[in-house]
Amino acid sequence: MEYAQIVIPDLISGAKITYTIFFFTLIFSVPLGLILAIFGLSRFRLLKAAIVAYIWLFRGTPLLLQIFFVWFWLLPYMGVSANRLVAVILTFSLNYAAYFAEIFRGGIQSIDRGQYEGCHVLGFTYPQTMRLVILPQVVKRVLPPVGNEVITLVKDTALAFAIGVRDLIRVAQTTASRDFRVDVYLYAVVFYLASTLILTWLLKKAEQRFAYYE
Amino acid sequence: MSEDFLQISGLCKNFGSLAVLKNVTFSVRRGEVVAVIGPSGSGKSTLLRCLIRLETMQRGSVALAGRALVRQDADGRSHYPPESETRPLLRKMGMVFQSFNLFPHRNVLENIIAAPLTVARQPREEAIAAADRLLAKVGLTDKRLNYPFELSGGQKQRVAIARALAMNPEIMLFDEPTSALDPELTGEVLRTMRDLAEEKMTMLVVTHEMSFARGVAGKIIFMDGGEVIEEGAPAAVLDNPRHPRAKAFFAQTP
Ligand SMILES: Nc1ncnc2c1ncn2[C@@H]1O[C@H](COP(=O)(O)OP(=O)(O)OP(=O)(O)O)[C@@H](O)[C@H]1O
Ligand SMILES: [Mg+2]
Repeated sequence: MEYAQIVIPDLISGAKITYTIFFFTLIFSVPLGLILAIFGLSRFRLLKAAIVAYIWLFRGTPLLLQIFFVWFWLLPYMGVSANRLVAVILTFSLNYAAYFAEIFRGGIQSIDRGQYEGCHVLGFTYPQTMRLVILPQVVKRVLPPVGNEVITLVKDTALAFAIGVRDLIRVAQTTASRDFRVDVYLYAVVFYLASTLILTWLLKKAEQRFAYYE
Repeated sequence: MSEDFLQISGLCKNFGSLAVLKNVTFSVRRGEVVAVIGPSGSGKSTLLRCLIRLETMQRGSVALAGRALVRQDADGRSHYPPESETRPLLRKMGMVFQSFNLFPHRNVLENIIAAPLTVARQPREEAIAAADRLLAKVGLTDKRLNYPFELSGGQKQRVAIARALAMNPEIMLFDEPTSALDPELTGEVLRTMRDLAEEKMTMLVVTHEMSFARGVAGKIIFMDGGEVIEEGAPAAVLDNPRHPRAKAFFAQTP
């Protein structure tokens, strides 16, 4: 128990970093994914092709490599002096946006064409149709797959460790090698499990909120 | 009272190489009910969809209230005037679909006031008051706060009619409004439409309901293969069709 009192404050500071990555990635990737999905379904051919390429690139290569690429090459090349955490959040946001874009695209395409036609004959513009009629229905449909990604993200944050961000895993690892004992990993496991448990519960609540129709 | 409110002239529409509407010409007077009848695939839905711009047409013109919705050039090719000109005209049209197309995530009242609030920018209280009047008219006041999935097909269609009427259209297009309904539910929808006709709403109705066409329509358009092959008063078209294809169709249809 005494050992726990020593390591838990360190682990909490690591967990803060983990949650920071998690939180900001969601904040950036969900809207970006939505924008990619909407423009990916638009009539602008060039834009569509660019979005297809973007999604292919980010889903087709390991996230770990993308982190390396952004941190060791892209940011230095662009002359941006960002810190490691920013680099990780940037990469995660771009990567998750690609996955969310595909989920949202599927959701948007699953809405019956009659909904668009009903809106058209009432005089709705396209943005009004999307905002008031299509997207609210999409939210309900994409909640389960989005929930999946959110849970995956909790664990993917551990990849930040690869460029030396002091997240939960990094703290656990340095502590373990310093003290020659591995039980600190167990504490880390508890953090992750507790986080996903809470998220699972929140996602279920969200799904229930949208269960009021159909 | 007898002005031509909707004028369709030389309308041609293809899907790729498939000619779906061939030189369709007819008009609808203000306050008139015109029924469009014809076998499946004859282009009835496509005709309505061209009028309300869910499809674009290649040839011919459409005018509403004397103003061009679609113009045609000397060669008969269709041209669409700028949106600023046609938007107010399109607003004069309402449409009801076979499949209702209600918004499933909104309750009945919200379905009805959505367009008045967003498109017509009516104040909320006004939109709600109008919606309640329309709900009373279609007999669904007690379903005001229900969601579409809680309604029967006939009730859904009456909500769809109320929703279209909430935008104060001057002409209503109906595309087989009762075809998706169980037979015992068609009556309530047809009754609502009959009431509208009595209020002198201008209506263009694609239907398979011969008794409705006979009893309510002032004119019947019979289409086959994308062409209007009979046009006239219900008695003339239904009882004495001249064209053999029309004769064959009515022989099969009670
Ligand atoms: N989007 C489309 N693309 C290609 N062909 C189409 C399209 N929509 C309709 N068609 C074709 O156009 C023709 C007319 O179709 P339409 O739906 O207008 O017929 P309809 O008279 O309404 O038939 P029904 O009584 O079955 O509703 C059909 O041959 C149909 O296959
Ligand atoms: Mg049809």
